Amino acid sequence: MPKKIYEEIREQLVSIKDAGMFKTERVLNSAQGNEITLTDGRIVTNFCANNYLGLSNNPEVIKAAQKTMDDWGFGLSSVRFICGTQDIHKQLEDKVSQFLGKEDTILFSSCFDANGGVFEPLLHPESAVISDALNHASIIDGVRLCKAKRFRFKHSDMEDLEEMLKASHDCKYRLIVTDGVFSMDGDIAKLREICDLADKYDALVMVDDSHATGYVGKTGRGTPEYWGVTDRVDIITTTFGKALGGAAGGCISGQKDVISLLRQHARPYLFSNTIPPAIVGGVLKVLDMLTNSSKLVRKVKSSADIFRQGMIDAGFDIVEGNTAIVSVMFYEEPLAIKVADRLLELGIYVIGFCFPVVPRGKARIRVQISASHTEKEVQECIAAFEKVGKEMNILK
Amino acid sequence: MDAIRDAVLEYVIEEYMEDQEEEITFDTALISGGYVDSFSMLSLKRFLETRYKISLPDNRATPEAFDTVNKIADLVMEFTANK
Amino acid sequence: MAYSDKIRAIYDNQIQTMVDGGILKIERYIHSVQDAEIDVEFPPGAPLKRVINICSNNYLGLSSHPAVVKAAHEGLDARGYGMSSVRFICGTQDIHKILEEKVTEFLGTEDTILFPSCMDANAGVFEAILTEEDVMISDRLVHASLIDGIRLCKAMTDSFKHSDMKHLEKKLILHADKRVKLVITDGVYSMDGDTAKLDEMVALCEKYDAMLLVDESHASGFIGKTGRGTHEKYGVMGKIDLITTTFGKGLGGASGGCVSGRKELVELCRQKARPYLFSNTIAPPVVAGVISVLDTLSKTTERRDKLEINANWWRQGLLDAGFILQPGDTPIVPVMLFDAKLSQDFAADLFAEGVYAIGFFFPVVPNGKARIRTQISAAHDRHHLETALAAFIKVGKKYDILGKTKNEVIEMYGH
Repeated sequence: MPKKIYEEIREQLVSIKDAGMFKTERVLNSAQGNEITLTDGRIVTNFCANNYLGLSNNPEVIKAAQKTMDDWGFGLSSVRFICGTQDIHKQLEDKVSQFLGKEDTILFSSCFDANGGVFEPLLHPESAVISDALNHASIIDGVRLCKAKRFRFKHSDMEDLEEMLKASHDCKYRLIVTDGVFSMDGDIAKLREICDLADKYDALVMVDDSHATGYVGKTGRGTPEYWGVTDRVDIITTTFGKALGGAAGGCISGQKDVISLLRQHARPYLFSNTIPPAIVGGVLKVLDMLTNSSKLVRKVKSSADIFRQGMIDAGFDIVEGNTAIVSVMFYEEPLAIKVADRLLELGIYVIGFCFPVVPRGKARIRVQISASHTEKEVQECIAAFEKVGKEMNILK
Repeated sequence: MDAIRDAVLEYVIEEYMEDQEEEITFDTALISGGYVDSFSMLSLKRFLETRYKISLPDNRATPEAFDTVNKIADLVMEFTANK
Repeated sequence: MAYSDKIRAIYDNQIQTMVDGGILKIERYIHSVQDAEIDVEFPPGAPLKRVINICSNNYLGLSSHPAVVKAAHEGLDARGYGMSSVRFICGTQDIHKILEEKVTEFLGTEDTILFPSCMDANAGVFEAILTEEDVMISDRLVHASLIDGIRLCKAMTDSFKHSDMKHLEKKLILHADKRVKLVITDGVYSMDGDTAKLDEMVALCEKYDAMLLVDESHASGFIGKTGRGTHEKYGVMGKIDLITTTFGKGLGGASGGCVSGRKELVELCRQKARPYLFSNTIAPPVVAGVISVLDTLSKTTERRDKLEINANWWRQGLLDAGFILQPGDTPIVPVMLFDAKLSQDFAADLFAEGVYAIGFFFPVVPNGKARIRTQISAAHDRHHLETALAAFIKVGKKYDILGKTKNEVIEMYGH
């Protein structure tokens, strides 16, 4: 064991700590839900999970997962192509295709892996990826693994996108890539305008709908439904690790040839187990629930509206948006952290986001509303924010 | 030219051949034939650059251009001539 | 949408080329739990066929073990279905910390960090700990996921001939000036079933001040006297700087993986490894299942002992029958057929006989080294192995390859 490297790494860790960027994890002694138990035994209300539909601990989903394990076992111990594909995996792929309105779907062990595997098989060096500047890290990694030329447009700036489409005119195929909902601001990509530009310049459109699938759009089909462009988006990647139960797994949905090609060549699909039976059973249940009723979709929307308006009325600076992600701006890093700490004392669990997760000087607390939050919990959250805001004299 | 070909062939045999029964020639398909994976190609590129004091740009150091000893020697010739 | 008929035709053609070249992969749909015997639908639409499975990574036979399923049930009841969050926000439960501690203890390391899969562990580890001043020296046959991780890292890359210690030493000398030299190897090589010479590698790394990373995916749970892995087999526990491994094979087979090793390196992965920072960790039912697997394996070596006996019996049976095997002493037993088409025909005939195994050929294995890879499990009872061996002998006789030398087989079928 070489000693030198360990000393250097220890120094590196100290400098991460000194810069205030050392990440520490808060451990939950309970299931994910509105009420979570911390290690010191305190029970607090959680407003920072991606549990948009409140299904992470839903009894029906749990029962479905248990039943599926009884019938299909714990694991597959194999990749898809050898002996790791069960009937239920095909069922889930079909259900997702139906839900998202696409021809076919391929499962991945996470959406991180879906984004890691989608670009390389489809785009060769003579093609181009045109990516929103604020796209998720997993898209960036996927693009890094492919040989296509890279173009970036300013966040949601359609003029800049058009410039990039012009600049890339000599590329064989162009793929415009955007998040459906941007996780830090909670804003929705302008998919209708993006699709118009894609048509004009003969480009393909890919949307990562991880923060939208299940609750954005009238029936929760995501941002393509929200904009009415379901049949104009070529490729959707999304996760089952947020609204759709929150356990694990992701997928790519699109035209069937594209999906067939990905099955042959996408590396994370070829070299990793697919989603285990328990998780598949849970997601199948969630999709059934959402297909039968949009009650949860409406609930999270109305709770988010109440919260957003309440916070504006209280005098907080809120990022404009229309999703269950409500970012409360504090700008200064230490202030965001201080407010989050004080809120935890008041029984509200939220997180302050600072550089480098968001730009310097744009520190914030990201509140995430869930369909399982009661109106009382939402009001208590607003009240707690207001109390802290007054204490620290930061209300407008 | 012959000196370059011999040196490259010697390096390839020394660096990549696993079992001695296989014989490779100046025209054996190294990469598409599975002798050298495109990943290990990097060390071959480095060898050429150090030995011949040249710099091979990525868009020229392709699996196609590296597929046979003859092609590699051509590439090296081109870059040593341009120096 | 610009998915025109023109574009559709392009992708369609690309797929048709694969069909024509015989390299299109077709999935077998399994209508049962993973076990010694499975119900397979193949080709799609065909009636179900019950076959003996000798091609899964279910080495310890735990993929559908009632005790593991029960533990996962209880995990669901106690800790829910999903986390809906990454680790650093609100996606870490007490059971995740418990699993990390149990893995650390099991592997004999200092600390452990969980990943959604070992593919993600391998994709994230290099970039998190290495810089441009460093070099990664990998065995030529390491797994694809390690190669992806290496591609994502800015450190210099180099490689050495498979298990060739002299070549490795040359490379360590060549890169003496680097800040960090990281040697990368699989513990057990999945296509050949051979093990890395970890004792020699540790000695070389100590001599030349290098670090060693071992991917133990095909070893954790059953290699070594108490199943800790290849490092136990070679007597170098505690001397491996980084182990990556999976819970998706021997250890229950569901999903998840980890990086386990020196505590500073693990901490740096927590701070910087992208798949860790940007993805949910392992879901509660899977965590609960893996914890129960590790508890069982720490108490008794019964399952890995049965696996060892099974694998030895199987290897000897094939040798006695006159097959050519890749040498080794793991549950991965490759039956060499050399020719790609023969490997496919042989596998098809085995399937007709009720035995499910896969023929592998170039580019998955080197040209002219096509094979049937068999993988033995503790789930197999002797009668499974006897039936499977009888099928191998029957098909082997049909192709008249029993007792033949490599050159004779190649003469008959090419390569």
